[in-house]
Amino acid sequence: MSDQIFLELDRLTRVFAGTAAVRELSIDVAEHEIVTLLGPSGCGKTTTLRMIAGFEQPDSGRVVLKSQDITRLAPQKRGFGMVFQHYALFPHLSVGANVSFGLETAGHSKRGIGDRVKRALDLVRLPGTEQRSVGSLSGGQQQRVALARALAPEPRVLLLDEPLSNLDAALREQTRRELRTLVKEIGITTVYVTHDQEEAFDLSDRIALMRAGRLDQLGPAEGLYHRPATEFVATFLGRAGAVESILDGRADGEVVRCRLAGDVVWSALAPEADVAFASGSNVRLLARPEALTFALTDDDAAVRGTIVDRRFAGSVYIYTVSVQGGMLEVQADGGAGRAGDAVAIAPRSAPAGIFAFPPPLHTGE
Amino acid sequence: MSVARDPRQRRLTPRARLLVVAVFVALVWAVVYPNLVVLVESVRGDETITLRHYAEFFQTPSEFRALWSSIWISVATVVLSALVGVPLAFLFARYEFPGRRVLGALAAMPVLLPPLVGVIAILFLYGESGIATRSVQTVLGLDAPPWRLQGAGAILAVHAYSMYVYFYLFTLAGLARFDPAVHEAAASLGAGRFRTLTRVTLPLLTPTLAGASLLTFMTSMASFSAPYVLGGGFRVMTTQIFNSKLQGELSMAMVETAMLAAVSLLVLWPLSRWEGSREYVASGKGTRAARMPVKSRWAAVGVPFLAAVGVSVLLLPHLTLILVSLVPDGTWTTQTLPPEYSLENYAQLFSEARTFRPIVNSLLMTSAATFVSVALAIAVGQLVVRWRVRGRGLLESMLALPWALPGTVLAIALATTFSLNQPWAGRFVLVGTAWILVMAYTLRVLPLTGRAALAGFRQLDPSLEEAAASLGAGPWRTLRRVTIPGLLPAIAAGASLAFVTGLGEFVASIVLYTHRTRPISIEILSQLRDFDLGAAAAYGVLLMLLVAVAFTLGQRWIQGGRRSAV
Repeated sequence: MSDQIFLELDRLTRVFAGTAAVRELSIDVAEHEIVTLLGPSGCGKTTTLRMIAGFEQPDSGRVVLKSQDITRLAPQKRGFGMVFQHYALFPHLSVGANVSFGLETAGHSKRGIGDRVKRALDLVRLPGTEQRSVGSLSGGQQQRVALARALAPEPRVLLLDEPLSNLDAALREQTRRELRTLVKEIGITTVYVTHDQEEAFDLSDRIALMRAGRLDQLGPAEGLYHRPATEFVATFLGRAGAVESILDGRADGEVVRCRLAGDVVWSALAPEADVAFASGSNVRLLARPEALTFALTDDDAAVRGTIVDRRFAGSVYIYTVSVQGGMLEVQADGGAGRAGDAVAIAPRSAPAGIFAFPPPLHTGE
Repeated sequence: MSVARDPRQRRLTPRARLLVVAVFVALVWAVVYPNLVVLVESVRGDETITLRHYAEFFQTPSEFRALWSSIWISVATVVLSALVGVPLAFLFARYEFPGRRVLGALAAMPVLLPPLVGVIAILFLYGESGIATRSVQTVLGLDAPPWRLQGAGAILAVHAYSMYVYFYLFTLAGLARFDPAVHEAAASLGAGRFRTLTRVTLPLLTPTLAGASLLTFMTSMASFSAPYVLGGGFRVMTTQIFNSKLQGELSMAMVETAMLAAVSLLVLWPLSRWEGSREYVASGKGTRAARMPVKSRWAAVGVPFLAAVGVSVLLLPHLTLILVSLVPDGTWTTQTLPPEYSLENYAQLFSEARTFRPIVNSLLMTSAATFVSVALAIAVGQLVVRWRVRGRGLLESMLALPWALPGTVLAIALATTFSLNQPWAGRFVLVGTAWILVMAYTLRVLPLTGRAALAGFRQLDPSLEEAAASLGAGPWRTLRRVTIPGLLPAIAAGASLAFVTGLGEFVASIVLYTHRTRPISIEILSQLRDFDLGAAAAYGVLLMLLVAVAFTLGQRWIQGGRRSAV
């Protein structure tokens, strides 16, 4: 992977009717990289993708491709391929004519077009379907035609707007593996939009997690999961219980000590660039279920609580435990207890999977 | 279709069978039979069957010319209407500018004018002594009027004015229906504006445009008011038929009627198949394409200005009609604008039995026709969509047939069939009564209510009715409490359209009316003949208002029904 910036979003802002859909968003994408814009609905990810494509104009900020400012360039002049959520196949054209549409605008020769259409359809494993009407295809096939259509003109960047959201669960999982293999094979720089974290984990080189029009964190999936920058990142990617505590001091660099109810002290990972952390201040501790375990009640590091719920999660069970100052989740086997049982919880190997965040300043956002 | 293949087809109870038979008989008797009578009459010789009248038709140049005129006028009307309506729809659908909503709604205003009213409004405006004509004459200091509103050109102008609305509304609806992402997909594949228009937008609009063309062509073929009032020596088939009938050449009238019907059906059949075979359904998430704000400074002023000017031109006939309705009888002679205004004409309309009578006639006959046609439409909907009875294709065709046949054809067929008393042949003397007008109106609006009811039934989830049945409701209770309320939006749409069409009906009325049963349109014509322009205009304004009220009420009903249905 080249480290050079290929596509750069530079402080993009887009305001709709007084509220900012996207605020001061900056993301770099390297050549051949797959970056996923991930977030709940309404976080601005689709608006961002549409600004990259040129369908939306940012109110401020720039879109830069290979150090060339393309913010004001018309969509049809960008040479970006896009796959739409509902595919937007041309219903009046055959599969072949859909795929060749972009090649004709690019002015390829007739013969060249035929070859490229064939190659594109082979690539998405739909060989020989040129004459079929798009209405006769299944949802999964339509999705692949949309991909073939976007890829055929060999675009500089591939943009995908929740392309798997209309497929059923089984097909979705299979398709996303194929999609990653295909995109990596071609080596095309890709921006992918989804609200599904599993999809993001599976597909991306890096994930840009967005909330309310802002970027919360950008990095590889493992980084976001193991070192979340905000409480939102920690809870959006994977499970985490939360409990109030008081900062007891900084142990070493990024590790802090937090005092819970009953004077139990747990060490936790603090956000890398947080300055507002002073001893004695309130912090919220978030803990992954797999980072906690049930302990003996006389364990020094154990917090006491009561099991309120037990859920079957395949190979393990997830217990929800009410403790003073919050709710924690613990991953254990099925025999660890039942609702109503008094238990004690301790970290497995602190500080891994336990994160300290300053309490939200105001809840308005 | 067999019971096994369609679980929803029920075995019919004896009473339901009776309904099926009754509906079939009613439609065959009212819709098909009179047309067969015309066919038979057209080949009836003194003793035997003869094609003599047809031979005569084809050997007479004036007959042939009238047929040709009908066809070319209709084709030209389609082209002109499309040239006005389609760009107008694109303007209002694609661009955002101040006043867009109001102007966009006003652009559909010609629908408020029933055909004859539209013609006289245009006559008052652009006719030989019309306001616009006199203004131009005065400004340029001419001795004679600068133009004469007569002949083919005048008919075409009136047609384009009243029928571009079909293209405008169809195109607006078509553009609203399709997925805006398709445009973006084209742009992302490098297609510019022109290529997107020619390769994507227009092909996707073809079914829509075919539908509008078909409607415009058929309406134009059937048009009677404009050629009758403005034609002068220029004859089309509808006026030719009317003339033959007036001069007592009944056999020739029958042949002409059959020929006009044949040509109409000949065009309808392939075009409607073409329209139906290419339906594109949008798959998008229902987001509307964002309207582009007009960008350049010139366009920011120019577009709303041009739109406003254009719409004003479209509204001039309405305004003229209102203006003329305020002119007391005999006060407006040679002035450009009428010198005196009062409400005298309106007062007279409502105070004298002679002038009030047509209003009552129109309202009563139209209400009866609307009621009957709605009831018939619901019955057919039930038979075709719910019970899926054998012969449902035939039922649907019979419901739609009056639409394919020009009003003149229909009127002649009814007048011919119901002028004899032969109860054993299903023929009674209805000519001269109000019933034949009610029957004509019913048939003319039946395609409108029928189409609406069928669409309504098809959209109504049959499991609602099954739920009612599972809760113990019998068929009658289910119909009253579930089916009809669910159909209400569709029926309201059909009924308001039917009412509006009936109120302004002129084509069939002029063949079938008597002095006692004369509707508003006929009264307008006779006031015009007496040169009482003010009174004619006052009736026109009244019709326009009634049409507006019917549309508004229908709209409210449609929305009310939708709310309660959710």
